[in-house]
Amino acid sequence: MEHALISPAAYTIFGIPTVIFSVLIPIVAVALFAYIIAKRLAPLVKARPDERFDRPDKRIFDVLKIWLAQWRHPRYMTAGVIHIVIFFGFLILSIRSSEMVIKGISEGFVFPGLNSWLGDVYYTLKDYAATAVFIAVVAAFVRRVWFKPARYAYPESYGEDHTWEALLVLGFIAILMVSESLYEGAAVAAQLQAGMTPDFLAPLTLGWLFKLMLADAARATMQSLHIWSYYIHDIIFFTFLCFLPIGKHFHVLTSIFNVYFMRLERGNIRPVRYGVDEEALDDLESFGVKRFEDFTWKDILDFYTCADCGRCSDNCPANTVGRPLSPRFISLKGRDYAFEHYPIFGPFIKTDDNIMGKIYSEDEIWSCTTCGACEQECPLGIEYINKIVDMRRGMVDDGNVPQSLQKPLQSLEKRGNPYGKMEKKRAEWSKALAEEFEVKVLEKKGTTADTLYFVDSVTSYDERMQSVAQATARILHGAGIDFGVLGKNEKDSGNEVRRFGEEMLYQELKNNNTEAIVNSGAKRIVTADPHAFNVIKNDYNSPDLPPVEHISQFLQNNISNGKIQLSGLDEEGRQKVFTYHDPCYLGRHNDLYDAPRAVLDAIGGLNRVEMTRSRDRSFCCSGGGLMLFYEPEEDERMGVRRVKMAREAGATVIVTACPFCLTNIEDGIKVAGLEGQMEVIDLCELVTQQMRR
Amino acid sequence: MEILVCVKRVPDTAENEIEINSEGNDIERDDLVYSVNEWDNYAVEEAIQMVNKHGGSVTVVTVGDEESEEVLRREMAMGAESGLLLTDDAFEGSDGKGIAAILKAAVEKGNYDLIMTGAQADEGYAQVGGMLAAMLDYPYASLVNMIEVGDGKLKVGREIEGGNMEVNEIELPCVLSIQTGINEPRYVGIRGIRKVASVDIPTLGASDLGLDAGSVGEGAAKVKRIDYFVPEMGEGAEMLEGSTEEIIDKLIELLKSKGGIK
Repeated sequence: MEHALISPAAYTIFGIPTVIFSVLIPIVAVALFAYIIAKRLAPLVKARPDERFDRPDKRIFDVLKIWLAQWRHPRYMTAGVIHIVIFFGFLILSIRSSEMVIKGISEGFVFPGLNSWLGDVYYTLKDYAATAVFIAVVAAFVRRVWFKPARYAYPESYGEDHTWEALLVLGFIAILMVSESLYEGAAVAAQLQAGMTPDFLAPLTLGWLFKLMLADAARATMQSLHIWSYYIHDIIFFTFLCFLPIGKHFHVLTSIFNVYFMRLERGNIRPVRYGVDEEALDDLESFGVKRFEDFTWKDILDFYTCADCGRCSDNCPANTVGRPLSPRFISLKGRDYAFEHYPIFGPFIKTDDNIMGKIYSEDEIWSCTTCGACEQECPLGIEYINKIVDMRRGMVDDGNVPQSLQKPLQSLEKRGNPYGKMEKKRAEWSKALAEEFEVKVLEKKGTTADTLYFVDSVTSYDERMQSVAQATARILHGAGIDFGVLGKNEKDSGNEVRRFGEEMLYQELKNNNTEAIVNSGAKRIVTADPHAFNVIKNDYNSPDLPPVEHISQFLQNNISNGKIQLSGLDEEGRQKVFTYHDPCYLGRHNDLYDAPRAVLDAIGGLNRVEMTRSRDRSFCCSGGGLMLFYEPEEDERMGVRRVKMAREAGATVIVTACPFCLTNIEDGIKVAGLEGQMEVIDLCELVTQQMRR
Repeated sequence: MEILVCVKRVPDTAENEIEINSEGNDIERDDLVYSVNEWDNYAVEEAIQMVNKHGGSVTVVTVGDEESEEVLRREMAMGAESGLLLTDDAFEGSDGKGIAAILKAAVEKGNYDLIMTGAQADEGYAQVGGMLAAMLDYPYASLVNMIEVGDGKLKVGREIEGGNMEVNEIELPCVLSIQTGINEPRYVGIRGIRKVASVDIPTLGASDLGLDAGSVGEGAAKVKRIDYFVPEMGEGAEMLEGSTEEIIDKLIELLKSKGGIK
């Protein structure tokens, strides 16, 4: 390969060999970068432990899927495609950029393997990559400046908008692409002028374009463009590198780690403190997150990794209805706090004894329904639920609990249900079935049943929801199952108790229920409440317990094996349009999307439509358990919003498979003034209407 | 400031379905759960906040049986430093004056600047606070919903008719009965109670307090409960039926005909 221009490694300017810069720039920049990263690691070192080193196979799979294959990006098509182009462009160009840095010192440098046919493929690919990235950057710029998608906006309460940062980085990237191409374009144009065999430049790329533009340029122009573009590339490359850990582009560096360490299980809540047994919890000085360093290192890595893309908040039901919570700012405020107290230059600043009221507000943290929409959406694997629960644990430990929740919590402690109703009346709902069949109440020692129906508190006592309990019992009876309920031995499942941060109460409820279930001798548990299903499956997660099934799974199995037969809808039913609302604790937290739909589709003549927000993008109805008692600040109820979504889909009947969704949506219909036009029914209720006896 | 807060263990009326026992002289207590009288929580919270701001300590005291220790622990979990359980067979069946006499003896054994009680108890008569103040010859303010600490004095506010506020100055030592709403009592979880589970709570009986057993208890009570009954459902309730619109129309008609609206 012949060179028509003097390379940066051999060039001199005012008698100074430019190779000095080629050596100095990387040394200074890498040293600075290492220093910045060391400072950035400080809060992670001071933070609490987290157990994220297990099951490397699964973690690598997540990295391949979510990081490398950019799995979640196309959920937002335009932004997703732009990102994928830039992402793969960066991956491809990282080799070329490193090569260029070394070429400035040793002009003939080529990475091993790249002087073969592989190099031909690679250099062609990188020419197109640089061009594609350039186009993507222009598109991103136009979106940012012209179209301004709403999810990037900064609400006033959260301070200054960060568009400048996005535009600056887009500028960096554009300059990198242009300078790299110009560096090469000038070299090739000079080769052509000198009649040498030119290096290959892929057609229709930036470099190819520069080659054409410079075809008749003076040699000196080409020489200085070659050198200048090299050093501009070099400086911007290293400036960009050191700029990454300053803001939201930190994700370029942290994302691969964050995805590797992301949670493997869903539906569960992390322990109060890793490495501390349940029995030793009483000895802990403090619970949950109070100081910033009470977060785990993964929490802080999450803060660093947030790219401010707004997808979490765009899907957050609390944010949508105007509650004072936006998950995006849980991350950004945490990150800014870390940056402020662990600055790059100067000494660390002592963090607050309690961050509640400083970074986050109480209402913000209580506003979360733990629906999981944010975590489902985040393309970087950032988690929110555990942080929110840990901050609630901190508040509960300080006695800082909204008055509206104190009474139900005390009632749960004393009577095992949030209403404070009497234990002995827990199975009273079954009396209405006395004429049809007897529901076994497994209160006395020695009474047993094959299947345990875990009813849970609200379904046991709430008048409306009792009909779900009755329908569930009818289904189990209709399928010929030997089943029973725990009666007064059952206490609240504790799904929300745990998620509201009252860990010790949760532990008591869990221990009570585990013992009662074991004593019942049941071989499986069935429940119609996704919250109970979730907590037994994912939080109790005890080897002593029999497997737990949600009634929709039970129905799907028993319909397919013929034990339950459903008749078709009558004429009136056939006129209706049904839609299925995915409960968060069935869908997102446990991946049960198809069973309830299969049950609905087994009913003849049932016309079913999907809402735009369905399956893992379902919109929370506003939550269950203790959430029923919390009085949030909000502009509109989530239930109302959900009813409107169903109406937009053309539905007249909303079917759900969760007693809380049922009441919240029922209330939503009333508040929206759509009584008589819309109705809601639980899957079990619908099935019992159609069951052939 | 040394503050003594008098608290009481009461059946949790909100959580229980109250029934009269077969003898008709008390409520059926078998299935009841008990908790701290709601007003007392506000008093304890206020005391803790005052001590946090101005120094001193909070002691909680109750007259009752051994089970009453549970409410003392709950209040200590909130932040009261020490508890005092006044228990004696001789105390049983005391009327309000008897309870006040027992508490007075306990107050005199200590060195308190301020005595606080709840304005009333769920199953009580709102009389102990006033009587205690009279027996101690201390100044008394009732239904207090604001306290500001001054030098040897307190400014206390209470809500009067129409939501207006009245502010009085009161000299220490004094007795205050606290109204709900003065603050937002903190939450006490199981963890908090466990933390104070092993703190020793001194128990004092009649002789420890220097009380003549005949001056308190059932024998000395001059107010005696003679009956308990559930009022019979009166007539006059009318359920309006129909759709929401129809019910509204009927209601407006009724209100108009009775002169409620014009």
